[in-house]
Amino acid sequence: MSGTQDGPTLMPGAAATQAQDDREATRVPRRLRTTRWGRKWNSMPRWQQWLVLIIVAAAAYALPVVNPWGITTEPGNDFQIACFQMAVYALVAVGLNVVIGFAGLLDLGYIAFFAVGAYTAAFLTSPDSSAIHIPYLWTLPAALIVAMTFGIVLGLPVLRLRGDYLAIVTLGFGEIIRILATIIPAAKGQVGFQNVGHPPGGTEAHPLFSNSNGTPWYWLTVTIIIGVLMLIGNLERSRVGRAWISIREDEDAAEIMGVPTFKFKLWAFGIGASIGGLSGALFAGQIGFVNNQKFDVVTSILFVAAVILGGSGNKVGAILGGAIVAYIPLRFTAIADYKYLIFGVALIILMIFRPQGLIAAKNHLLTYSRVVGDRLAQLRANRKADEKPTSTREQSEGGDA
Amino acid sequence: MLATLLTSLPVENDWINFDIPSFVQNFWPATFDGLTFGAIYALIALGYTLVYGVLSLINFAHSEVFIMGCYGVVLTLTALGFGPNAPNLSFAAIVGDLVVALLVGMVAASLTALIVERVAYRPLRKRNAPRLAFLITAIGASFTIQYIIFLVRGPNPEPAVTMFIPTPIFDVFGALVDNQQIIIIVAALVMMIITDQFIRRSRTGRGIRAVAQDPDTATLMGVNKEKIIMVTFIIGGILAGAGALFYVMKVPSGVFYAGGFILGIKAFAAAVLGGIGNVRGALVGGFLLGLIGNYGQILLGDSQWTDVIAFIVLVLVLLVRPSGILGQSLGRSKA
Repeated sequence: MSGTQDGPTLMPGAAATQAQDDREATRVPRRLRTTRWGRKWNSMPRWQQWLVLIIVAAAAYALPVVNPWGITTEPGNDFQIACFQMAVYALVAVGLNVVIGFAGLLDLGYIAFFAVGAYTAAFLTSPDSSAIHIPYLWTLPAALIVAMTFGIVLGLPVLRLRGDYLAIVTLGFGEIIRILATIIPAAKGQVGFQNVGHPPGGTEAHPLFSNSNGTPWYWLTVTIIIGVLMLIGNLERSRVGRAWISIREDEDAAEIMGVPTFKFKLWAFGIGASIGGLSGALFAGQIGFVNNQKFDVVTSILFVAAVILGGSGNKVGAILGGAIVAYIPLRFTAIADYKYLIFGVALIILMIFRPQGLIAAKNHLLTYSRVVGDRLAQLRANRKADEKPTSTREQSEGGDA
Repeated sequence: MLATLLTSLPVENDWINFDIPSFVQNFWPATFDGLTFGAIYALIALGYTLVYGVLSLINFAHSEVFIMGCYGVVLTLTALGFGPNAPNLSFAAIVGDLVVALLVGMVAASLTALIVERVAYRPLRKRNAPRLAFLITAIGASFTIQYIIFLVRGPNPEPAVTMFIPTPIFDVFGALVDNQQIIIIVAALVMMIITDQFIRRSRTGRGIRAVAQDPDTATLMGVNKEKIIMVTFIIGGILAGAGALFYVMKVPSGVFYAGGFILGIKAFAAAVLGGIGNVRGALVGGFLLGLIGNYGQILLGDSQWTDVIAFIVLVLVLLVRPSGILGQSLGRSKA
């Protein structure tokens, strides 16, 4: 995983051979279904992948309208609002996944950035605040920038330290933001801010984005998730993403290989924080009310559980994990009181028995994954056809030439 | 955008108020109170420091080890007939009851620490898991214990238990020092000196230092690493149990399921402040943090500022001196 430059053409073939050798050397005991899906996905042509993605996206958009039997959270909870909450959790998990999953920084106070985003939206739109007022949609970029600023200001001193310190400092930070919201008079403590703004649409009496109707909010959030996924996906496959993964795997080695680790850790922290702020602003808009009671550190641990559960380092896993963590207490209201206990135990069990989460991260070869995937399939076919173990490498090299 | 946001925020004094007269007036009482809290922080911080020294692991669940000790103390004292009002007992009877409560608290805390070690950390050690995995299971364990307590004892704090009415003994610069403060500070100091000497002089202590320095070499030299790790967790639990008794003595109604959490963060901050992995550093850091927190509280006028200030101090110290004030590892401390 060198951070900076890869060879132009030779790399994929060599990497594929190496990957196949590695795989055979380590002898992965069980092939799980997810990895098979991953392989199938990689071997599909581009247009088929897009087709599948469009169908999945369409299904996601249709979810609150269809309100499928068996999946619906009614009569306990309104399904449209449940969908919105799942989407917000998914967005949070996508953002936190950049910090935990890509760069390997354990951020336990992610709720703080969420809170910063929510308070930014409240300050700038609620009639209860004396700050300037701007249209709600403008608070989304504002929340993003403010949260990113917080992330960078916190990250500058702390990211120079070992990872453990980061965990405890972020945990403290998550708690501090809540305390500050309580004791600083301007943040209005438990009284909070009423009537946080919403996007335009509908009439004055019946706005399209109302607090009781989750569907438009859900669509807005899903659209934002798709946008964020595209940006994050590009980052992940770029030099930045490779730098993150090298830092996650071995920070010292990355530094020695010339990766400016501090800079890229700050990148990850800032980007993660900004996505947290964005989701906080969305949350504040839908609820329409912000006070200090909504941002406790335990929720922050739920966010971490979402990322770990879904598969740390995997975008799709993060979305799945976020949605599950939000969905289970809403769907199974009988166990909602036990949710913290359940997710606490789940964290221990997952870390011991399946540390990679539900959907494992693609650890290797992000940039060339498509080319390498093809080569791997080819190599595997070759090896299967040819029993002699020595001839494979010659064949693959012959293929290159 | 940010500039307009900042300038548009209310400028009148409704963000932070400094109360200097109150600070000057209450300086000495705050000092003694700060030292008392500092002693409690230091006892808990020792648990963090020892485990960190031996395993290089932040035992996030240590705050829950502490709160289990608190529950042990409170439930024992309630069973012995203590209540919100000070008991009408002879001096010897009170001391006897407190010793029983202390022992129960220590046993409860050490057992919790041992269980956490067995369930959450040992399986990962066996699998050579990455460091992040340990932190995450630690969080999971902390969470699990908190919500088990929540389910069993409910969300409300336990009824207050008053052990005795603090009576002033003497005054220093016009500030009264009561017997409660003296008991807590002296007892905590004695326990920390015993711990320090145990680690420096005893055979097991040498084992702890050896494992902290180099686990593999220590194993080759005949040190039973697993046993040493267990002993470390038990010592941490015992000290947390003692801290629990003093905490209940000082804050009689502060025992609830999440009560250990913020105290745990502060104790960890104390450990880092003094130099994590350093037994004497935990003492220095604990007292310092107790003092700074109390000064900040009376200066800013709200008890919740204590937590904010503890956190800011932690960040500042990490910034200028990442290894803490006495910054020295457990392994390198001399015999």
